[in-house]
Amino acid sequence: MASSGYLGVDVGSVSTNLVLIDEAGVLKEKIYLRTQGDPIGAVKEGMRHLVPCARDMEILGVGTSGSGRKLAGVILGADCIKNEITAHAVAANYKVPGVQTVIEIGGQDSKIIILRQGVVIDFAMNTVCAAGTGSFLEQQAARLGIAIDEFGKLALGAVAPVRIAGRCAVFAESDMIHKQQMGHRIEDIISGLCDALVRNYLNNVGKGKVIKPPIVFQGGVAANAGMKAAFEKELGTQVVVPEHYDVMGALGAALVAAEERRRKDGQSKFRGFEAVDRDYATRTFECKGCSNLCEIVNITMDHETIARWGSRCGKWDSL
Amino acid sequence: MKLTFARLGNSHIAGKALLEALGIDVVLPPPPTKRTMSLGSLHSPEFACLPLKVNIGNYLEALEKGADTIVMVGGIGPCRLGLYGEVQRQILEGLGYDFKMIVVEPPQGRLDHVIRQLREITGAQPVTQYIRAGHIGWSKLTAIDALEKLALELRPFEESRGCVSSALEAALKCIDEADSPKAVAFALENGKEAMKSVCRKTDSKKPRIGIVGEVFMVLEPFVNCEIEKCLGEMGVLVYRSIYLSDWIVEHVVKDAFRIFRKSKLPYELAKPYLCHFVGGHGVETIASTVDYARQGLDGVIQVAPFTCMPEIIAQDLLPTVSRDLGIPVMTLVFDEHSSGTGVLTRLEAFIDLVQMSRRARR
Repeated sequence: MASSGYLGVDVGSVSTNLVLIDEAGVLKEKIYLRTQGDPIGAVKEGMRHLVPCARDMEILGVGTSGSGRKLAGVILGADCIKNEITAHAVAANYKVPGVQTVIEIGGQDSKIIILRQGVVIDFAMNTVCAAGTGSFLEQQAARLGIAIDEFGKLALGAVAPVRIAGRCAVFAESDMIHKQQMGHRIEDIISGLCDALVRNYLNNVGKGKVIKPPIVFQGGVAANAGMKAAFEKELGTQVVVPEHYDVMGALGAALVAAEERRRKDGQSKFRGFEAVDRDYATRTFECKGCSNLCEIVNITMDHETIARWGSRCGKWDSL
Repeated sequence: MKLTFARLGNSHIAGKALLEALGIDVVLPPPPTKRTMSLGSLHSPEFACLPLKVNIGNYLEALEKGADTIVMVGGIGPCRLGLYGEVQRQILEGLGYDFKMIVVEPPQGRLDHVIRQLREITGAQPVTQYIRAGHIGWSKLTAIDALEKLALELRPFEESRGCVSSALEAALKCIDEADSPKAVAFALENGKEAMKSVCRKTDSKKPRIGIVGEVFMVLEPFVNCEIEKCLGEMGVLVYRSIYLSDWIVEHVVKDAFRIFRKSKLPYELAKPYLCHFVGGHGVETIASTVDYARQGLDGVIQVAPFTCMPEIIAQDLLPTVSRDLGIPVMTLVFDEHSSGTGVLTRLEAFIDLVQMSRRARR
């Protein structure tokens, strides 16, 4: 084998990302896929895409992150299953050393992470509202018949951005429709929407946080040039969108796995690339053991149970 | 009369003992489940806070089991709890249930009011009977608090995941079955020993995290996604800011007799940030955070029901407290939708944060 490295996988609500890094932490390959409601399928497909690059690479460790981290961790045999907040912070600090603020907006989550001297000192995630996240922007782009890749760029062509209520996705949409029916230019409406979502983010997720540069903007929505411009306007400072901004969760997971493997002896738990061709299935059932009626998830590999979770009392967790 | 009351953690064990010692037939609501939550949400105003929804669910399930009298605590605002007795009565009457609702209001120095309210529930009984009932109820309540506190201290050191919680459950069952204060004391000692016996002795320094916030969210594991158990099993020493026995001494006993001064401590600790009563546990949330920071804890988690006004006020002040005293603070807002996954992600990230800053300090 020519080289060795680490695999990082981030299974989010909208996208599933995989990265391969070498031992020095340099990104060798990245895959960005749509989860499309099928995390297992997305992980399998992503792994198949990685095979050409990984053929002459020894995988020393695997890390998973994102809301599907536990599931992905079981399927791949992860050495480290890390929450997406820590993963994003680690990746941001790796790409932009000394970063003090991380703005991360993904499919359904938006978060802010505050670091000082490379240490996370505070963070927040959206709690009860998903306005301004990727799903909403995509839905609006689709409604207007604009490709999501073009959506943000259009905002940069605004002459007189309109004012849109950003408090709630439902209000924002009805405001947008109202403005469009009044005859405002589409560029001005999209720019107004970006401004509104940035205001909402700063008042809601960023409430009470001291936002200091360097500021890194990452996650799928960082591709949106209109959002980046709106953040820069509102914060009055430059916002950095790092290279590989779209796979930072996976990169963070790989970096954390690398650190973990260096600290511990023994073999990686990685099942290998061949393992993705095995037959994985999930089955859920309701435990009737008590009135909690917990929904138990049972995961099988070639009809053999490899993991089970979901009970409050923990009685189904052991195999 | 078949009497019922809303559940709050394990306090029903003590409540039942007290009332049964007075010869009252008690119908406990079943432990809260998804059904409780669905029933409660279906029949509650959408914007009401989570405690109201769960209470309504409790009452509906108790009425199904044959309860005909509901006892509920009142309040004097600005927290909405004081309004809920009446709201709940109207909701349940609207659903066609036939029952009596007794709202026990805070005494505010009027001992005669307390006695009159008690009489309404218990009928006239000799004073010695009240003392006997109070004794057993109180001994159970303090025993429950002691066991729960011990569980927080032991969980990070348990031999296998969940064994302390199982031992706690078993001990609580013995407390429930004990029929005299003496038997309670015996069950308490046995329970403590059993819980200690499933733990390893280590002196490794575990991260220490305080839980502050609204009383229902702090005390009821069903609605806070079992935050104490989750954190304990992640190896965290949890400090809980509210124990029901302390709360009763402060808000009922001292308030009834007015011979003791109410503790001024929370107000003094909170003073630099909040110098006015805002209802609920707003002041206590700030005060406990200050207290935990001074004790050198590694972090504080505030738990609050969505739309809770006193906790919203506290939440807005906590970043300042956090900055001034250098203690990380995170707020978790709960509503009926709250999934365990989202809470777990935030807890894991918060512990990472705490561990990282501990390492950086060293």
